[in-house]
Amino acid sequence: MAEKNRIKSMFSDYFLKIKEMINRGKTPYFVTLLYLSLGTILVYNSPRSLISFLIFLSSTLLIYYLKMDNRAKIALAVLVLLGLMPVLGVRNIFYLEVIFQISVYSALALGLNIVVGFAGLLDLGYVAFYAVGAYLWAIFGSQQMFMLHAIPGTAPATSEFFLPANAFFLFLFLGVAVAALTGILLGLPVLRLRGDYLAIVTLGFGEVIRVLANNLDKPLNLTNGPQGITPIQRPILPEPVINIAQTILKPLVGRTVSMGEFYNLFFYLVALVIIVIVIVVVRRLDDSNMGRAWTAIREDELAAISMGIPLVRLKLAAFATGASFAGVMGVLFAASRTFVSPESFSFMQSIGVLSMVILGGLGSIPGVVVGAAVVTILNLQVLQGFSLYLSQLRQSDAVIPIINFAWKNLSNQLDPAKYQRLVFGLILVLMMIYRPAGLIPAARRKRELVTAKNEEPESDSLKEADNGAS
Amino acid sequence: MRRIFASPALRELLRPLGQIIIFVTGSGVVLSGIMLLLAFLLRGSAVDLATIERTGIDLFTYTLNNLPQVLIDSITLGFVYAAIALGYTMVYGVLEFINFAHSEIFAIGAFVGVELLIAVNAGGKLESVSTWVAYGWLIIAIFAGMIASGAMAMLVEVTAYRPLRGAPRLVPLISAIGVSFFLQDAIRLVESLTTGQYHRIIPTFGNFDERVSIFAIKMGKSTIDLNIQVKSIVVIIAAVLMLMFLNYLVNATKMGKAIRSVAQDRPTASLMGINVNRYISLTFLIGGALGGAAGVLYALKFTRIDPFVGFFPGLKAFTAAVLGGIGNLTGALLGGIVLGMLENFAGAYLSVFTMGAAGAEYKDILAFAILILVLIFRPSGLLGEQVGQKA
Repeated sequence: MAEKNRIKSMFSDYFLKIKEMINRGKTPYFVTLLYLSLGTILVYNSPRSLISFLIFLSSTLLIYYLKMDNRAKIALAVLVLLGLMPVLGVRNIFYLEVIFQISVYSALALGLNIVVGFAGLLDLGYVAFYAVGAYLWAIFGSQQMFMLHAIPGTAPATSEFFLPANAFFLFLFLGVAVAALTGILLGLPVLRLRGDYLAIVTLGFGEVIRVLANNLDKPLNLTNGPQGITPIQRPILPEPVINIAQTILKPLVGRTVSMGEFYNLFFYLVALVIIVIVIVVVRRLDDSNMGRAWTAIREDELAAISMGIPLVRLKLAAFATGASFAGVMGVLFAASRTFVSPESFSFMQSIGVLSMVILGGLGSIPGVVVGAAVVTILNLQVLQGFSLYLSQLRQSDAVIPIINFAWKNLSNQLDPAKYQRLVFGLILVLMMIYRPAGLIPAARRKRELVTAKNEEPESDSLKEADNGAS
Repeated sequence: MRRIFASPALRELLRPLGQIIIFVTGSGVVLSGIMLLLAFLLRGSAVDLATIERTGIDLFTYTLNNLPQVLIDSITLGFVYAAIALGYTMVYGVLEFINFAHSEIFAIGAFVGVELLIAVNAGGKLESVSTWVAYGWLIIAIFAGMIASGAMAMLVEVTAYRPLRGAPRLVPLISAIGVSFFLQDAIRLVESLTTGQYHRIIPTFGNFDERVSIFAIKMGKSTIDLNIQVKSIVVIIAAVLMLMFLNYLVNATKMGKAIRSVAQDRPTASLMGINVNRYISLTFLIGGALGGAAGVLYALKFTRIDPFVGFFPGLKAFTAAVLGGIGNLTGALLGGIVLGMLENFAGAYLSVFTMGAAGAEYKDILAFAILILVLIFRPSGLLGEQVGQKA
């Protein structure tokens, strides 16, 4: 044990030394720029390489962590996110999909982080609020309103849409409101419950929303049942903007950019704006009265109540805030996919978002974003790459040497891309056992874990306090 | 007579039997009464007319005709839930922690049992054996499922829960969710390696699919016909035996006493010379074994299983445990039976009573509605002691 600690401290010493070395004078600027240009060149030249993409993405971490002027940091971040990312993304649409998904999941994870990380309420049905937002725009932004009395699956009578396409922007705000309202409605009865019961009840709520989406095709055809709603409108991109973007992007990308790619870009940018808003809100919340009250609730409800914190109201606020972020992303999701079905809002999605938060670090903003990026890349690139590799092996005549097993005979069901649960499960268990504070622990959480280790777990006095409370 | 009940061992064996009979008849009578009353009150309404149009008989007769079958199905399902719920409730009683992975422990039991039967059946051997041999194989399959599930439950406890003992409450819960997801895909991986698909169907053997007719009463134009599938009888008997055995184990043996003492006060129990870790493992073993047996019974009743088969039964069993009062063995039994009844009644009658607007597809979320209602109005459950709001 002592040996292990010694090695650990040795590593952290080296790490600190390197950090000091880089952080001297103007070095951080050079290092970042060098690294960034390396990543950009690599991604620009290799269409589907995971490693170069990771190098490029990790440059954002470098920007965040190195000691630089704040203005320079912001400028660099803007350059990466608004300048380089779109160009590289449009050049290779696969990357654009990945970064779009990362941004969607980052926003979701940041929202869940408020509920789980700040207020300590384990919400296992988070994706329900996402579904509420998605179905909100799906029902009003498609022809569904004309088919309320039709049998699911029949074609709509008109080709008109119920609302103009640009109502999308209004619905972004409506999504916030409706999801927050749903959060409050669910929260009112269940937030008095203890943490583990709350987890199960929210899980149940998630399933209820999914089952409702699946079955509300009768008596009134609201959701079109398991077939889902399609087509859903996208907002209209103004002609001049497209033309300007086209003239800028065409020489950089080397071909004309299609309308679909512009839409991907547009939704990526909207997601980015939402993320920035979320981050600003979350940062301000964290240091506000409310944020500290949440921490107090998470630490010790009893003590928080006795300090005069209105428990249920604050828990509701956390629930509603988290839900509202999911709601707005839901609206965005519905518009970007032009299709929603109950399939997209399964329990697995909720756990996926939870595993992002846990992996990155409960309560830590950069951690959560990193967690979202890592899990999304794992799902979209690593697992799928592995699937591709396996299917290539299956078509070849290769044989595993010792056990004499021909790859051809490998079952088709063995498709790593479908084994997301395995990944989520492993992340959750391993993180809880070895690094409960996450990859990038929140400062406050870090301190807590140190004190928690020194305390005797479940002492008698604690139990008595419980009995007294009931 | 009095001397028989004076023996504690026998009393503990027979007490659950009495409880089961009371719970089943009680909840059955109450629910049937409610349904019949509702049907009676709705005479002549639109619902009644729609039923007459569709089935040719009025609502009251329809309800009455279906009642015996629904009750039998309810009891079968209720016992499966009760057997799973016992696993949740035992672990909760000892560790105050929801073993989220219990639903996958259940699935593992089902898969091991079914795989064993499939292996024995290779070439259709099982189909031709005599009834007694078939029952023998079923019992072996159940035991295999129990052993596999019990061992897996212990393994999960040692690897994923024990390092986290003493951590904040949500930490082991998150770990348990992780284990649950991991096991789902692990089962899927193992099952799809050998064959092209990951679901399994239990071989048909013995006389389990036959129906035993109990009675048939003529009621005007229609008849009330009650028949039970043999496998339902098997499920009920097996579950009752398990529940009796468990009750005996926990309440009348030294081992049970140790488990109860660990549940009551861990530090003091360890001061009294009880090896706490061993008894926690043992709790997981017993709970897991019950879950595994329930898994094989579930497979027998519903024939098709897949790696995700445990999810809904697991959640419902948890609801049952909460409904009865989590941590309380009798409560789990009661909760399971009541939940099985409610679910089957909803499945059978919801569609008729709402004129097709909401049908059996909502029975899966009925459990959650019950869970939320119970937690709001009586968090301690029907039979439970008061539990703290927080900890």
